[in-house]
Amino acid sequence: MAKLSVQPGAVIDGFTVGECVHRGGMATLWSVTRPDLTSALLMKIPRVSEGEDPAAIVSFEMEQMIMPRLSGPHVPACRATGDFARQAYVVMEAIPGKTLVSRLDDLPLPYEEARSIGWKVACALADLHRQNVIHHDIKPSSVMFRPSGEAVLIDFGLSHHNQLPDLLQEEFHLPFGTAPYTSPERLLGVRDDPRSDLFSLGVLLYFFTTGVRPFGESETMRGMRRRLWRDPYPPRKLRADYPPWLQEVVLRCLEIEPAWRYPTASQLAFDLAHPDQVRLTARAERLERDPLFTVWRRRFNGNLVRPRGKSAVAAQLASSPIVAVAVDITEGSAELNEALRRTTERILATVPSARLACLNVLKLGRVTIDRTLDDEGNNKHVDRLVTLKHWASPLKLDDSRLTVHVLEAVDPASAILEFTRANHVDHIIIGARQHSLARTLLGSTSAKVAAEASSTVTVVRPPRLAARQEEQLKPAPATKAG
Amino acid sequence: MLLALFADIHANRQAFSACLDFARARGAERIICLGDYVGYGADPEWAVETVMDLVAKGALAVRGNHDTAIGTSTETMNAEAQAAIEWTRGRLSAPERRFLAELPLILQEDDRVYVHSEASTPARWRYVLSTADAGRSLLATDAHVTFCGHIHKPALYSISVTGKMTSFVPTSGVSVQLLQGRRWLAVVGSVGQPRDGDPAASFAMFDTSSREITYCRVPYDVDAAARRILENGLPLWLAERLSIGR
Repeated sequence: MAKLSVQPGAVIDGFTVGECVHRGGMATLWSVTRPDLTSALLMKIPRVSEGEDPAAIVSFEMEQMIMPRLSGPHVPACRATGDFARQAYVVMEAIPGKTLVSRLDDLPLPYEEARSIGWKVACALADLHRQNVIHHDIKPSSVMFRPSGEAVLIDFGLSHHNQLPDLLQEEFHLPFGTAPYTSPERLLGVRDDPRSDLFSLGVLLYFFTTGVRPFGESETMRGMRRRLWRDPYPPRKLRADYPPWLQEVVLRCLEIEPAWRYPTASQLAFDLAHPDQVRLTARAERLERDPLFTVWRRRFNGNLVRPRGKSAVAAQLASSPIVAVAVDITEGSAELNEALRRTTERILATVPSARLACLNVLKLGRVTIDRTLDDEGNNKHVDRLVTLKHWASPLKLDDSRLTVHVLEAVDPASAILEFTRANHVDHIIIGARQHSLARTLLGSTSAKVAAEASSTVTVVRPPRLAARQEEQLKPAPATKAG
Repeated sequence: MLLALFADIHANRQAFSACLDFARARGAERIICLGDYVGYGADPEWAVETVMDLVAKGALAVRGNHDTAIGTSTETMNAEAQAAIEWTRGRLSAPERRFLAELPLILQEDDRVYVHSEASTPARWRYVLSTADAGRSLLATDAHVTFCGHIHKPALYSISVTGKMTSFVPTSGVSVQLLQGRRWLAVVGSVGQPRDGDPAASFAMFDTSSREITYCRVPYDVDAAARRILENGLPLWLAERLSIGR
């Protein structure tokens, strides 16, 4: 097994090696070029010589398996892999710029900036989880940003792919990763829960907004295990001006029991995109950690320690969708809105972790300058919000599962499509308006949404409309020949 | 080259036909039969003739414990399996019985091993039920991949250079690259009598150049296969278990 030597100028499988751009504990990174690939490329090469940690090899094998299967803007595109038989490497797209580590000197960051970073990372995690991968090493040095703004997650050496063998499963006695960001369940050997990444993102958000790591920097197993029972100081204790909604989000991510966290990264991203709609609980106002009695009970009851069944990433995501319902308040008939509500109710009944976003579009004129106030001087936007809430109230949804949004746009269909794309909506429910002059002249909103949405769309029609169509289809009564 | 690997066909004509069609439609270039062509099911003549024909055209085949039991009465089995073996013995012609008896227990081709049960002691018909069982087989050979059947449930094990084992229940239709830095044991599941709760026939395809294995599940006419078992007076449970995959 002849090893190729890696140095500037060497050629490996058609790639010409340039300078070494990074030397890490597990791998080195080299800039490389290949005549047919114009974008900037990086070659990652594991440290596998005598005396190196065997973990480096296994982590690298995981990256070799996982990276070629990932796609989309939130990961570096993988161009080629080389096997250990000759020279192990992964060639990937080089992401320009620096990781979030470069921001550590600026901590704590302004809340708005931290929110924006958190939202971008949550969107990236949602996309990764959708591809059946749990990152397991979310921390500042794993996050970069494209010039277009999207977060890019790097380093998949500790990741778990739900449809591939987990080579790390029996490799280490200690949970391998970055101690301050490691979730409690990972200390117990659980590697298949996507909510572990939400915990790590919670640590990052806490750190970036307070300048303090919620569980300290202890690297020992004993120090790390404290997070199985001891909750962190609420951020408000450290910064008196800490926004309650942000504390709500951060402490929910840091819940010890995964079931108490956000069910999916998409739902976390949703809250970070709409801070004014975050439902505040007792978490939001807390100034102290849990009382000792609670901590002891956790420590000696050991709820988390109980063995759990294997969880399928895809099944978990599917059980917690974001559903959006477009309600037309002005033109929609009471009947159509009633049918919409019945359908929504039925869909939500089957998925108890789903959350519902109720949308209404406030149509703007193409040429006229719209005023916020209507003829009677009422605020149109606020009126619509109130009406939407009223429409949704019979659904009896907990505030944490319901949000209402009034979108202002010239074209309702585009506004609905844009909202669903930006918020990772899984399912759109929309009513088909009855025959009207507007529909005939302008085309149907529901038809455009159904045709162009990237998610599932349910088009609802009121019962009478369906009946009338049937009538139209009936053959005309035969006339008697006389 | 794209290989299609079939194990535990167990005289289930409907299941094996469906799998062969499926594999051919996806471009399988070489067929490997991993044993237990007879027993349990009601079409043993067809199954053995089909395998004989495949072997004549270049397929490889090894012998399973049910195939062995046709020629010897010393193999111990549960009552239902034994009843099916007695019945099968009377159905097969002398050349068919001789074909089964003369099959090898284990074959090596390039860096791959084909065996019915596992590679450490093939004639003992040990079941690979844990990483420890898989490790025993993996240590007995230097092949990059060992393909086997026998437990009727698909599984994929690997051993690293430092001797650490991994186990995995494959997702059908998702290819897995069998990395060269470690060695692998692929249990391909059963064509004719799956027991992992999914009644669809199970087999695997392996691309020798990309080293990617894909586990496949193929729905087939379970009712017809079960009816054949009942028509031939074989034990009721052998028909019933097909529809629940147990």
